[in-house]
Amino acid sequence: MRPGVFTVYRWELRKLVALKRTYLGLFAAAGVPLAFTITLALKNGQPNNVPFGAYVHQSGLAIPLVLLTFASAFLLPLITALVAGDIVAAEDQNGTLKTVLTRSVQRGHVFFGKVLAALTYTLASMLLLGGVAIIAGSIVSGFHSLTSLSGTTVSATSALALVLASFAVYLIPLFTVALIGVMLSTITRNSAAAVVGTLVTVLLIELIGILPGLGSLQPYLLTRQFDAWQGLLRQPIDWSPITHATWVCGLYCIPAIVAGYLVFLRRDVAGG
Amino acid sequence: MSETPVEARGLVKQYGRITAVDHVDLTVNRGDVYGFLGPNGAGKTTTLRMMLGLIYPTAGSVRLFGRDPIAEGAAALDGVAGFVEAPRFYPYFTARTNMHMMAAYDGGDASSRVEDALATVELTGRADDKVGGYSHGMRQRLGIAAALLRRPKLLLLDEPATGLDPGGMRDMRSLIRRLADDGMTVLLSSHLLAEVEELCDRVAIVRAGRIVYEGALDDLKATAESSYRLRTTDNDKALEVCQAQAGIESARREGADIRMDANEPAIGELSVALVEAGLQVTALVPETATLEDLFFHLTEGSTPGEVTIPETATSIVGDQA
Repeated sequence: MRPGVFTVYRWELRKLVALKRTYLGLFAAAGVPLAFTITLALKNGQPNNVPFGAYVHQSGLAIPLVLLTFASAFLLPLITALVAGDIVAAEDQNGTLKTVLTRSVQRGHVFFGKVLAALTYTLASMLLLGGVAIIAGSIVSGFHSLTSLSGTTVSATSALALVLASFAVYLIPLFTVALIGVMLSTITRNSAAAVVGTLVTVLLIELIGILPGLGSLQPYLLTRQFDAWQGLLRQPIDWSPITHATWVCGLYCIPAIVAGYLVFLRRDVAGG
Repeated sequence: MSETPVEARGLVKQYGRITAVDHVDLTVNRGDVYGFLGPNGAGKTTTLRMMLGLIYPTAGSVRLFGRDPIAEGAAALDGVAGFVEAPRFYPYFTARTNMHMMAAYDGGDASSRVEDALATVELTGRADDKVGGYSHGMRQRLGIAAALLRRPKLLLLDEPATGLDPGGMRDMRSLIRRLADDGMTVLLSSHLLAEVEELCDRVAIVRAGRIVYEGALDDLKATAESSYRLRTTDNDKALEVCQAQAGIESARREGADIRMDANEPAIGELSVALVEAGLQVTALVPETATLEDLFFHLTEGSTPGEVTIPETATSIVGDQA
């Protein structure tokens, strides 16, 4: 039987496990919530003007939500870009892409195996960040009920479910960043250019949001979709930002994955 | 499935205004050990990459056992293996892990051949070392091992002995010879003339992206044996005899010798004529142009030795070069 996407996916994961670079991002994903929580434990202050910032000393479950807001600006896009931007370009630069493409696996399967691996790494980073934030937050501030954005009190177990769901919603724009990273990795054939290019893309989109006169574009900016999870923390739950984020992210990620796929299929593999 | 392992027709690859491969036609028949010979930058690697579907031709077509690697992708590489330039592996994996990965990407029962392939290239003892620590020669051998996993009927090798020390070169050639003796068709690109001379029975010589000769190596070399050097006790008189003798051409003085172009029967008759003329022959030797002479002639247009292009086979130097 001819090998397919899952054969590639399995080996891509194995490669990620073997690479030191992988752990750099995961270390940041675990280290930032840990450092944040330790700082909160040592100081009495709290983050201002951030959703749930006022509750970080009342419930440990507020801490992962505060981190979601902080991490969207730079941390999680960076962690995502580290792997997504590298996943094709590194093989191009090292010459291993030609090795793989002269076996029995189709180019398209290689591409989608890599896409799945990049998304899995993004998911792992999120789980690590969320897991460490929930555990460390609960140790420092307790596993207590949480005050929702509507001002109602949500029990600790319900709040935990909502926090986990928030992380899941947060993955929608983050996966989109990963797909943009894979596309740039395929097109640029240069890891550094793809990683930096992914971050610059996110920052440029953010910049568009603060430019005067472009306010009408705000609902369609990728970076704005990082706040969609907040709809879950209202009573009753407001699904509209989530459905909005889903289709807006589709406008970004579908062209990215199609462009990446077509370029990967048609490209000359002349490196190495 | 076609029986012809490689058929390239009108293959062209352009990078902007640069034509790296210019209307290459070549045919590798079953059982050939086929040398693809040319200087660095002549377009050998680009041609091999097109054969393996790694790069897209600007024009022309390639068929491997009748299948098109560009249109069919990996499916056209069934029964085909090899590497272009230096074989590359994942340096952070051991050789055995790399081989298992390649086997997984080959599918079928390829993984059951990992140990045999490693043994064939004598890497079993180092199979659990990371490839990052391998020497160039070991990586080349691992490249062959990875190719063998596919149980290929056609092996495409791009300069497999380049960069190896003399012992490594000898081992690599011996391995290729062994594989060819087992019935594998081999297409071997090289700029190492000794390697091609030792291994190949048919060659294509490429110059600036164009094939300037394609045919049997013996045919190419045979034509170079038509030049002879003569030395006698009286070269002036001997030159007159040579010039009068049928079948002797271009007889002329060259230092203390006379040089001429002739075939073997004419040389036999000449030796009799010289003796009949009362001359003592002190030397009458064929001036065998080496493959190197032929190579320079075909790829640089200069002639370190006197070389004529064979009329047999597919000499196309006049058409294209």
